[in-house]
Amino acid sequence: MRPPSPSIPEKEFLFHSLKESLRLDGRLAMEIRTPVLTFGAELGWVECALGKTRVLAQVEGKMVKPPPERPFEGLITIHSEISPMASTEYEPGRPSDEEVTITRMLDKVLKRSDAVDKESLCILAGQRVWHLRLTLHFLSDAGNMLDCACLAGMVALKHFRRPDVEVVGDEVTVHEPTERAPIPLAIHHTPFCFTFAFFHDPAIPPILDPTQLEQRLSAGLLSVALNPQRELCVLQKLGGVPLDTDEVVKIVNIAVEKARDLNSIVNVRLKEDWAVRKVEVR
Amino acid sequence: MSATVLPGTTVPAQHVNLKLGPGLTQNSRTNDASPSIVTTRAGSLNHSSNGSKWWVESNSRRYVPAPQESVIGVIVQKVGDGFRVDIGSAHYASLDGLAFEGATKRNKPNLKIGCLVYARVSLAHKDMDPELECFDAQTRKAEGFGEVKGGFLVRCSLKMCRDLLDPKHFLLPLLGARFPLEAAVGMNGRVWVSAKVPKQIIAISRCIEAVDPDGGGMEEIDAKAFLGTLDV
Repeated sequence: MRPPSPSIPEKEFLFHSLKESLRLDGRLAMEIRTPVLTFGAELGWVECALGKTRVLAQVEGKMVKPPPERPFEGLITIHSEISPMASTEYEPGRPSDEEVTITRMLDKVLKRSDAVDKESLCILAGQRVWHLRLTLHFLSDAGNMLDCACLAGMVALKHFRRPDVEVVGDEVTVHEPTERAPIPLAIHHTPFCFTFAFFHDPAIPPILDPTQLEQRLSAGLLSVALNPQRELCVLQKLGGVPLDTDEVVKIVNIAVEKARDLNSIVNVRLKEDWAVRKVEVR
Repeated sequence: MSATVLPGTTVPAQHVNLKLGPGLTQNSRTNDASPSIVTTRAGSLNHSSNGSKWWVESNSRRYVPAPQESVIGVIVQKVGDGFRVDIGSAHYASLDGLAFEGATKRNKPNLKIGCLVYARVSLAHKDMDPELECFDAQTRKAEGFGEVKGGFLVRCSLKMCRDLLDPKHFLLPLLGARFPLEAAVGMNGRVWVSAKVPKQIIAISRCIEAVDPDGGGMEEIDAKAFLGTLDV
């Protein structure tokens, strides 16, 4: 059962308070909810929470034979399915429009932007490559699941370390993590995704990181994926209100600032987590 | 006194005038002389001092309608003379157009889709859709029920709703001491609030979220300090 659209008082109050630049959770218009990253015991297990939106990401690596057309490249696959666990809005089996959008966007941000060096995942050309499987579980939806999922996926890839492999001739030896320190993935850059919501009323400014109510009452979303080095990876806008070029440029400039902040948060958290982990190197 | 129970636990409830509250059911076996009382959900088991009333207290987010509970619903559809109302349960509830104070065949309330109503569950049966009414069936007076206009709808956990209805709970008096406010608490995890300016409504909404045992779980002192930071 799809929940009905927000009630009239909710709609009127939200528009009224947004006009006074007040947001329901006390944030500024261009402020994201501070992400809370929790790492699991395994490498590559990350839970990312943006307010009450929570996404769990997990990376697993295994060795496979590469497809004959790309013998030197490793494989990355992303599995994401929104279950009714996230919100009553989603039904099992039938992918909703939002789910399709999120899946496509994740593919663009995490895979097609070449964040992970695929060639470094090659072990023995044409024989053995690493196959990374990124699984995303959408635990709870309080708006803006896309940004949360992208962040969770990216942090999981940065957190993951694969076992060290030694190749002598045609012989492949995999060293257990207890034997040799596992190796982090070669990551070219770290794209982050930011979603902005726009409204019909020109008096309401665009807002960053919309909550569920804001997202449902918005007249259009614009998702920008970029890295802290000002390299734009994806810009997605599926319908909604028309925007000026100036406005888009302004949005992108804001996103660059946010990407820098987010990158430092992520790096600090990764460093903290790595410091408490016991890694034996003989 | 309370004990933690799991679903399926037999409860030693015995009284000549026994009343079972939420989370308990009577397990009537034909060959058994005295039917046993079994829990249907996990939580803490409570009973009144004389042992005539028993109930299980727990927190959840999904509402299961029970008769005589007041709820806040959203009109989703007009059906003939009545309305279909979303009250957060598994099925939509039906609200008859005549179940309002002063409503007659000629003079029925004109509620639009998306309106909020404060209503009471008049029928909750496991095999039927729940039914609502917006008046007291005996006196036919509104008693505060009916459409609520303006304000904002805050969603919280079911435990938080019950807490807000408790006159001894600190939150509403604490907020009321700062600024005048109106509130209608539904048992279905929805609280309608209204105040003079949006900032105050936002403050109420954030305080409810912060105190909610399912969210922040703040105590009175922390909530007071938190309210102080909100600048209202």
